[in-house]
Amino acid sequence: MRHRLALQIGPVAFRIGSAWRSPLDALARLYAGYPAPADGLCDFTVRLEPERPWRRFLRPSVAIRGDYVLPDAAPLALAHGLLAAEMGMNLQMALGQRTWLLLHAATVEKDGRAIVMTGESGAGKSTLAALLGERGWRLMGDEFALLDLASGALLPFPRAISLKNGAIGVMEAEAAADRFGPRLAGTPKGDIRHLRPNAEAIARMGEGARPALILFPRFGSAAAVRGVGQAEAFMRLTQASTNYVALGRRGFDALANLVRGVPALAIDYPDTETAVGLIADFRRELAA
Amino acid sequence: MTGARSLVRALRDPGSVGACDWNGLVSAARAEQLIGSLAFRMEGRKLPPRIEAIFAAARRDAAHVRTRTLWEAEMCRRALAPLGIPVVLMKGTAFHAAGLEASLGRSVGDLDILVPRESLPAVESALLDAGWERLKQAGGYDDVYYRRWMHELPPLIHKDRDRMIDVHHTILPLTARPRPDAAALIEGSVALDNGLRVLAPADMIVHAAAHLFADGDLAGGLRNLWDIDRLLREFDSVDFRRTLEERARLHQLAAPVGRALRLARRLYGTPVAAGRLTVADRLFEARLLARNSWGQERGKLLRFAFYLRGHLLRMPPLMLARHLWTKAAMR
Repeated sequence: MRHRLALQIGPVAFRIGSAWRSPLDALARLYAGYPAPADGLCDFTVRLEPERPWRRFLRPSVAIRGDYVLPDAAPLALAHGLLAAEMGMNLQMALGQRTWLLLHAATVEKDGRAIVMTGESGAGKSTLAALLGERGWRLMGDEFALLDLASGALLPFPRAISLKNGAIGVMEAEAAADRFGPRLAGTPKGDIRHLRPNAEAIARMGEGARPALILFPRFGSAAAVRGVGQAEAFMRLTQASTNYVALGRRGFDALANLVRGVPALAIDYPDTETAVGLIADFRRELAA
Repeated sequence: MTGARSLVRALRDPGSVGACDWNGLVSAARAEQLIGSLAFRMEGRKLPPRIEAIFAAARRDAAHVRTRTLWEAEMCRRALAPLGIPVVLMKGTAFHAAGLEASLGRSVGDLDILVPRESLPAVESALLDAGWERLKQAGGYDDVYYRRWMHELPPLIHKDRDRMIDVHHTILPLTARPRPDAAALIEGSVALDNGLRVLAPADMIVHAAAHLFADGDLAGGLRNLWDIDRLLREFDSVDFRRTLEERARLHQLAAPVGRALRLARRLYGTPVAAGRLTVADRLFEARLLARNSWGQERGKLLRFAFYLRGHLLRMPPLMLARHLWTKAAMR
């Protein structure tokens, strides 16, 4: 491919090729300070290429391709090339990851104890994780949690945080301007701006943590906390996993051990500050 | 060395893979659905840790593929058992069910079965009763086309398991020039312990060669040729070669089988007696290898030519023109 970049994010290495220069320039700026994969060896290949040959120049449109492909994925405008690269990496993980149990979840850690937050899109887990990452927690990831099948530990996957619409302003007030990617207006998911995790999150991306709490946050209602039984937590986590079925017995055992060993709570919250307060309380209770 | 070429070399001679473009090899193998087969070929070798982890994951995934494949076959067996007809598994499912070498790491998409043509209506309604659903609208152009001209029913998909089944009554479309002897395929098939059947070894190779060189556009051809290589190595003997020749002639498929032997020998070093490559063989070889080390398709013109050929094999020009016209009007 004409333009290329390799990125190491947590334990996973990506090779990204592009027919255009601009998406990779934006990606390199966003991931400044991330290590290059050892010996250049990568787990997954992502390709950004024109949908049809002439679409490289004429109304350029970026098709997201790679080792694993969704046949009916819609192409993006070249102005959204950075988003295409991010989606391409997500796709490889969602379709091709078979080493760890993959949970669609955000993870933060303090004192070696990790909180896994999972919920439907719009539940606010990304924003919550981003905010906690600026308030004394280590951000392990805002999109995917990797559960080690043998040890039961969580591994960091600190990708750039994908902030959408209202969350963009919340985080612009918290983090330095040079950690943000360009504002991508009018994408299929609304306005998006990426935020690079802070230096600690990047420096410790090789360091796992023990899960301590499973959280099912839901944005929009008055503050409320409800205990979630093991069976319900298990079922909700199987739905949050992209590779639970493919991992077979090993995936079942890892997930069963997780819900047996760790409490689970569902929380409603009216605004992000309330959720941050609730989580600080949980932490004190867990430590007590 | 291009992605596909390095993939072929790695499959043929895993020991030859030293400091190569591992990324290109992995991408080409994934694109050609050969990552599982390659992972087993590389098992036990000293590899860079990341590459070993990729292959280890692919081998674990292969175990899941096998379980899922055999379960799908079992579901089909239960649905069709009351009919009391022979049900012959084909392609990937057959390799797994019969425990052949070719099944090591073999990916499987759809379930392919062969049944006697006169049983098709009963088979279809039994499958519909057991939870499979039509993908093509009944009575629509595609549906009618399949029933009139194809070697299989319109594909069905299971509503819960989301897996497709192709029910064949022979191994080439009825519009193709060769007329394989479907009754002989079923007659010669071999029963497994659970009552399902697989084609006799020689017929398996004839079918794989027909599928690869007498039908379709060669997409996924490296995997099909790898199947042929594995089958030939497992079954090879003096008697077997004679049987294969006889069966190829019986099914009017001596030419595709000959090409399969020559190209398997050429690309995978299959130890069979095969003639020199023809000029046409070299075009097929180029088409099979048209993929680079980013996993991208190369050779646009060549691919298009084989796409056209695939269609021409299926129907005479006038019929093709009408078919493409109708398809275009349906858009």
